[in-house]
Amino acid sequence: MKNGLFSHFNRVGAWLLLLFLVTPALIAIPVSLTPKRFLSMPKGEYSLRHFQKLFTSEEWMSSFFQSGVIALSCSALATVLGTLCAIGLWRVSSKYSELVRAFLLLPLIIPQIISAMAFYRLWIPLGLLDSYAGLILAHTILAAPMVLITVSASLATFDPKLEQASKNLGASNWTTMRRVILPSIKPGVFAGALFAFILSWDEIVVTLFISKYNVYTLPRRMWNGIRENTDPTVAAAAVILIAITLIAFVVSAILSRRSAKA
Amino acid sequence: MQALKRHIHPGWLIIAPLLLMVVALYLGPIVNIFWLSVTDPEPGFGNYAKLGEGGALIRIVWTTVRICIITTAFSVVLGYSIAYALVHAHKRQKSYMLTLLLASFWISILVRTFSWLMLLGRRGLVNATLEDIGLIAEPIALMRNELGVLIGMVHYMIPYAVLPLLVSMQSIDQRVMDASRNLGASGSQTFWRIYLPLTTPGLVASTLLVFILSLGFYVTPAVLGGGKVLMVAEYISVQLLVTLKWGTAAMLAAIMLFGVLAMLWIMSRFMKLSTVFGGATR
Repeated sequence: MKNGLFSHFNRVGAWLLLLFLVTPALIAIPVSLTPKRFLSMPKGEYSLRHFQKLFTSEEWMSSFFQSGVIALSCSALATVLGTLCAIGLWRVSSKYSELVRAFLLLPLIIPQIISAMAFYRLWIPLGLLDSYAGLILAHTILAAPMVLITVSASLATFDPKLEQASKNLGASNWTTMRRVILPSIKPGVFAGALFAFILSWDEIVVTLFISKYNVYTLPRRMWNGIRENTDPTVAAAAVILIAITLIAFVVSAILSRRSAKA
Repeated sequence: MQALKRHIHPGWLIIAPLLLMVVALYLGPIVNIFWLSVTDPEPGFGNYAKLGEGGALIRIVWTTVRICIITTAFSVVLGYSIAYALVHAHKRQKSYMLTLLLASFWISILVRTFSWLMLLGRRGLVNATLEDIGLIAEPIALMRNELGVLIGMVHYMIPYAVLPLLVSMQSIDQRVMDASRNLGASGSQTFWRIYLPLTTPGLVASTLLVFILSLGFYVTPAVLGGGKVLMVAEYISVQLLVTLKWGTAAMLAAIMLFGVLAMLWIMSRFMKLSTVFGGATR
């Protein structure tokens, strides 16, 4: 098994596959630099005009802003609800709590198109269609399970005796949670917040159904651009998205490395 | 009140906000979908009967299932290769591989779909390159057909296939392999008869996860299929947003949901749901 011919062959194959996973996305970079007015590969000449257009376009900028507001609110809400829930499930840990945990993971795995349909149907009578509140609520329900997973993973390594010690020393439930439990699961909470942000920032399927004119998020505008398939501004937007993703990725990598050391 | 307090763990108090929210705003409308499928436009199983009539509807379901099966097969086999190399790599190489895998996981689905559009189009980079080196005279159709949809979907699903496999491979005791070799088995015998069977839970979880996610996939088929490859998810969206036929859409969604829940149940026999996504955190 060790160092067999097959193993070497497979390793080369795996590297090629991993490159295949990452590199196609990079084609947005040259396309965004084309000097032409239509989507094309630049030949010798490069221009930043599409970036200029992106950053001076009122529509694109308002979409950036709206997506930012929605993703930040969703991340905050999902992190609070998800963290509380994870701590609660960890404290209870019974047959029922495991059932509840499995149930709460459903929004993550039920096909997005079905979630979109469900939200769409309910948001009409509630008057939440095409509003910030509607999008934030829907995204929060989809993102909270992510937080639940990351925080639960952190809690799994937390020593319950610490909680006992804190209580024996006279701390209340609330003090114990704030000063003992929360500091030790911080990496999980941060990772969860980041995942929730990215999930909302990228969400397109549910958004397509429950937003129309008032709220026009970045993915929504990109979706339109992709379907019309002419304006290279989309490529510039894609490059900005890749950059933001990479930043978020580096932050999370640093966080997880720090938590691995602790 | 006192008696109630003694029976209910205080932890439920902080579980409640999220639980109630998901039950009211998510479970409720999902159950409503089942209800709609037998009441809209009129009570009865008329919507389900449409499936039996054959024609377009059954063809869409069949296309979806076929594409999902092919996607799953490719993703799991390729994912197995990546997971195997990752688990057996040296520490440093392992962290590079994991970084690439997670990076691809994080890149927006829209960005990736857009990139495939640029690569696979009639005047895309792939066709242009092939023409330049003289391999082809005419551009070949790489998208607006099933091939394009499959390329996009497999590319998206591979990381999802890898994660459960990683969990399963990391928990294998290397000494079992050593024992097999010591007892005289060859490398390939050890792989096929010891290693592969030991990773069965991971294989099952990975297969079902990718299949479930493919079933409801919307973005890539809609863009790379270019209207030529109609899958259930896109059909549902057309029913809801254009023709306003909630009954038909609800029926298709209900069938899909039923299939997904059944597969989740099978999956939970092999691997805890919360660990399926956890392979990368270790």
